Amino acid sequence: MNKNKDVDSIVVRLSGDSGDGIQLMGSQFAVATALSGADFATFPDFPAEIRAPVGTTFGVSAYQINLGSGPITTPGDAPDVLVAFNPAALKVSLPMLHKGALVIINNDSFTPRNLRKAGYETDPRDSGVLTDYQVVAADISHLNLEAVKEFGLSKSEGGRCKNFWALGVLLWMFDRKLSSVEDWIKRRFADKPTLRGANIKALHAGHAFGETAELAASLSQIEVSPAELEPGEYRSITGAEAMALGIAAAGELADRAVMFCSYPITPASPLLHRLSRLGELGVGTFQAEDEIAAIGAAIGASYGGMIGVTSSSGPGIALKTEAMGLAVSAELPLVIVNWQRGGPSTGLPTKTEQSDLYQAVYGRNADTPIPVLSASTSGECFEMAIEAVRIALRHMTPVILLADGYLSNAAEPWRIPDVSAFAPIDSNAVPESDANPQGIAFARDSATLGRPWVTPGMQGLMHRIGGLEKDVESGHISYDPSNHQSMTDLRAAKVQSVANFIAEQEIESGTDSGDVVVVGWGSTYGPIYQAVRSTGASFVHLRYLNPLPPNLGELLAHFDKVLVPEMNTGQLSTLLKDKLDVNPVCFSKVTGQPFLISELVEKIESLQGKTS
Amino acid sequence: MSDKLTAKDFTTTQEVRWCPGCGDYAILKSVTNALADVGAMPESTAFISGIGCAARFPYYVETYGFHTIHGRAPTIATGLKLANPELDVWVVTGDGDGLSIGGNHLMHALRRNIGLKILLFNNEIYGLTKGQYSPTSRVGTRSPSSPGGSFETPVSPGQFALGAGAKFFARGVDTDKAGMSDVLRQAHAFVGASFVEIFQNCIVYNEDVFAGFTDRKNAANTQLHLKHGEPMLFGEHKDKGIRFNPDTWSLEVIDAIENPDNILVHDESNAVVARLLIDLPGPVALGLIYRQPSVSFEDAFYAHHPTRMKRTKSITDFIKGPSSWSAG
Repeated sequence: MNKNKDVDSIVVRLSGDSGDGIQLMGSQFAVATALSGADFATFPDFPAEIRAPVGTTFGVSAYQINLGSGPITTPGDAPDVLVAFNPAALKVSLPMLHKGALVIINNDSFTPRNLRKAGYETDPRDSGVLTDYQVVAADISHLNLEAVKEFGLSKSEGGRCKNFWALGVLLWMFDRKLSSVEDWIKRRFADKPTLRGANIKALHAGHAFGETAELAASLSQIEVSPAELEPGEYRSITGAEAMALGIAAAGELADRAVMFCSYPITPASPLLHRLSRLGELGVGTFQAEDEIAAIGAAIGASYGGMIGVTSSSGPGIALKTEAMGLAVSAELPLVIVNWQRGGPSTGLPTKTEQSDLYQAVYGRNADTPIPVLSASTSGECFEMAIEAVRIALRHMTPVILLADGYLSNAAEPWRIPDVSAFAPIDSNAVPESDANPQGIAFARDSATLGRPWVTPGMQGLMHRIGGLEKDVESGHISYDPSNHQSMTDLRAAKVQSVANFIAEQEIESGTDSGDVVVVGWGSTYGPIYQAVRSTGASFVHLRYLNPLPPNLGELLAHFDKVLVPEMNTGQLSTLLKDKLDVNPVCFSKVTGQPFLISELVEKIESLQGKTS
Repeated sequence: MSDKLTAKDFTTTQEVRWCPGCGDYAILKSVTNALADVGAMPESTAFISGIGCAARFPYYVETYGFHTIHGRAPTIATGLKLANPELDVWVVTGDGDGLSIGGNHLMHALRRNIGLKILLFNNEIYGLTKGQYSPTSRVGTRSPSSPGGSFETPVSPGQFALGAGAKFFARGVDTDKAGMSDVLRQAHAFVGASFVEIFQNCIVYNEDVFAGFTDRKNAANTQLHLKHGEPMLFGEHKDKGIRFNPDTWSLEVIDAIENPDNILVHDESNAVVARLLIDLPGPVALGLIYRQPSVSFEDAFYAHHPTRMKRTKSITDFIKGPSSWSAG
């Protein structure tokens, strides 16, 4: 077979109406890519509406995937291949494309009505806007319906197979096996033989179209060499999947059951869905009546001796705030996962942002310190979930784990870790003591300042806890002025003591001194990783945001300039100024889209004096 | 000698800080008596409260106790009961805590039928914040926040509970030892959410608001004590009774001597009559008004978790996902 193009990496964007099955098509393409051994990163980019009005630009759903021999850490700045199912999808995606990109469009959808809905005054196929691109205009709807005709489906049912038709074309282009997609179709439509047959037929018809089109020289195959990944066994994983597995693994490492209590909210719900299938790992899921009930039930479960975990996104976290204070006061372990999204208020539910850092570190009434961690990649959600549980149990404190909407949905290859290599999690067993029960319940470990995890059901240890201030020794209610000072100091010292147990901050890449160091946190890891490779800047990426790693200030002092790119208006920059003797340069982006590598490179180079 | 625990064994050393004469003292006594009567184990019993005067309750009971935040006690109690269904979990709340700020949680605890024993101390006023009208205050209640008299329609705790799908609703009067003892015992034995409304006298901000039917001198004529399977009779000589009027679809008081065959017999499983009894014209219905055994939420929860929350597999059985590949 003739391989027409051989590339290191290539960015493919699939786009269409929110009812066109774009996300499914993208995730199936990602699985086939993964199995071929290529490195990749994905970016599902969909509207907040479940089924927005057909044909409109705001109803466009897209799935972008960057694949190549790697390392691939972002979904790519500019697509090289675009599949657009309708004029609106073309309109939205066109400005992002590389010049010369391959554009595959569905001719059948370029009707006057759809063109009008997309805001095209003239047909883009004739107006000249596509002259810089290589266009393959195929009658996708028509060809797909022809292919599935034999199954006797209605026009709308048959039309819904067209995502698999288009996927067939893509799989041919990248010379991928059809088997993983066929297997999925067989599982999905196990009891619906007609739909099963039709979708498989559409897939094959698209694949055949690719071969035929190649003969006509309008399409060519693209060869992507397999990635040189670290040896090991890999799978494709999203942040939500990795987080779910990490939470379950933490339960196993602590030898405790996990109770996950949550209220549905975008983009946090996938974690609830994943965990609700892990019952055999001792994980219970409780869908509460609201966000407050979700954290309340998680606190109750922790009080009862299970590992209580709750999850939400910014608006839901705001509702949970008072209960977080209760967990701080009662000194109960708890993990709160925040999948950040654009705000304020309802904001951009399906778009990513990292603007809840102030909320996590500073956003509670009174002096209510809570450790704050963050996950940098989809795969890293696994180990940070374990770390969050470890800290919660060691110090008997709630812990906030920040992730974001991008990580929740983005898939990447993940080297499957050896869970037996993780240290067991110690869970503050109750010491033998003759003291009175109230005193035992608040007898602290001098290093962690955590108290024993006394739970109802334990004989002879009945005691009372609550949100009222308690005596630093006995744990009884106390309104004594100096005692409140002592307890406030103690709560601060407890959270600060976390710093004594975490790894030193390391330099991710680059030299340990120089002109520019880029400091990131969370999902900006991918684009920063690529941007520093081409500019030579050093890179420090934070996983611990409160407390900060103790050596961070010293580490940053060896650089002339500290650049902090973040998807907010400067929250980490402010935090660093507050906690360390640094004056960072903030590079802010709040468009609901991840950073492009190119915009980071430009910013770094301007600081390096390479450009103005 | 029996080593059976007494009410004293359920009493903590903490100084009780309710106002002298508060109805809460009598309720505390009834509860500690009931715990001893039913043979409760202190280590297997937990009292969870929200915020308000009633919420101080856990500090005074020698069991496990958690004084939480305003309105949210049912949520924390739900998590605790799911984590350890063997526990007896009591929720102590008030009319503001349970029906205003926490109304949503109370509704869902009741409709799920989770095994909590929920005691709502209804004094028709906000006590701890110094006397504002509450969601159960009657129209016209003068308070610091309603100097011209409140003009809100109050909520009926019983109608709220039955509307939410409660399977157990009972009523007691703070100072009525016998009635409270019976109601608490039944609440303790019920599998699922038992909801008890206790008429509690706030001596400072709403004194004698229930005196119209709690005054002992006239109680025989103003209280209807319900017993399953027995006719609904009251009055000093049991000479008055309740009948169902099919013309008006309502309950009414009739002369029981003249119409002995028309007196309703209490059927605790009849939800329609229960709703009529809650707003009975004439005497106030007390005791066990409605009970309909049903599957508890904790039982359903464990039944729907295939391994009943036990770890039967390892993370290594799940970590590879649907497909994996080797590199290197």
